[in-house]
Amino acid sequence: MVVAVEKNLGGLSSAEYERRLEKFEARINRGEKIEPADWMPDDYRQQLIRLIHVHANSEICGALPEGRWIPHAPTFKRKLALLAKVQDEVGHGQLLYRAAETLGPSREQMIEDLISGKSKFSNVFHYPAETWADVAIIAWLIDAAAIINQTMMAEGSYGPYARALKRICYEEAFHMKHGYEMCVVLANGTKVQRDMLQDALNRWWTPIMMFHGPSDKESKHTAQLVRWKVKLKTNDEQRQQFLKQFVPKMLDLGMKIPDKSLRYDKASDTWLYDDPDWNEFKKVVNNGGPVSQERVEARRLAHRDGQWVREALAAAAERKPVPMPPTN
Amino acid sequence: MTDTQWKVFEVFHQQARGEPHVHVGSIHAPDAEMALILAKEQYSRRQACVNLWVVPAEAILATAYENDDIFERATDKSYRESWGYKTPKTITTSDEATKRRSDEG
Repeated sequence: MVVAVEKNLGGLSSAEYERRLEKFEARINRGEKIEPADWMPDDYRQQLIRLIHVHANSEICGALPEGRWIPHAPTFKRKLALLAKVQDEVGHGQLLYRAAETLGPSREQMIEDLISGKSKFSNVFHYPAETWADVAIIAWLIDAAAIINQTMMAEGSYGPYARALKRICYEEAFHMKHGYEMCVVLANGTKVQRDMLQDALNRWWTPIMMFHGPSDKESKHTAQLVRWKVKLKTNDEQRQQFLKQFVPKMLDLGMKIPDKSLRYDKASDTWLYDDPDWNEFKKVVNNGGPVSQERVEARRLAHRDGQWVREALAAAAERKPVPMPPTN
Repeated sequence: MTDTQWKVFEVFHQQARGEPHVHVGSIHAPDAEMALILAKEQYSRRQACVNLWVVPAEAILATAYENDDIFERATDKSYRESWGYKTPKTITTSDEATKRRSDEG
């Protein structure tokens, strides 16, 4: 299926645009990567900027609810793991801003757009992490859903994004394993712990079902993104892969899936479900979620509190006296 | 607000002595010394690393992908390759050849 999109010819004649587009698509079909200096259709560039920018923002915003739990980690081992995970997520954000920069926008501008609420981040980080079990659910299931998305995108056609994602997936593997271990411990714990885990799943189920984005019926860009290998699987295909891999594991842990509509269809070997409310999804990702404003504000304060570090780096480079952190 | 856009440095990572330095990505930093510190945080959190290089991205001169035909072989260059040469599986040594000639003589 070819989706009609308005073409920005970038000042080229229609014939020249078609010639370049043909070469570009042939390269992608051969499985070659597109590099920053290559010609690319404006739509490809804009879609990638949007995707990578949102992805980078999500890594940064994902670190916020988890970071708040570091002082409350139940054991020293958990604290070390959570610290490492948060450090990874922030590092991934930086890697991704670099990848997006190769397409045009500056890192400064992207960071600014997140703080001013102009750009989006993943729906799941608009919800609060209320208990320690939420931390476990996020680390296991949200990282699992993210890995499904990212290992797919790592095979995508844009070189800098694909290379960043290979590194990111490698590091995220520990996040998911650690999250699974936390869930196993809670699932085998006291009644209070088991209830806590179930309660967390009850609250996180819908956001997780929405994580891979609107259903294919609603997603207008998917066909072209798949054709250009920006995405290799549709949102519904990714969601299906997640359900197949993780619903049996949740059931093994004695968790109840809080979705009456979810049922396994043996004939087609798929999980069937009623679509979540995509209007709620749209509202949430447009900063209308339960803690959207709190997240953006936390990001703004983190940026402000890091100001002295950036000033110190700049001063050291100019061989000037390095300012000390504020004492308040 | 401090301008922290800064310069871009390409980062090369060596996993063990004797191995080549491999390009792993890039980083923003106000100077090369800071770039090394930040590159260590960003690129050596997991895999073994014994050495890092940072190079200002602007110092790199690259060929253009659109001119990649410059790498195409214009003529048969098989003479540059080991597979461009054929030798028989068994070789008659000169000693054996001399002996055979004297026997025949």
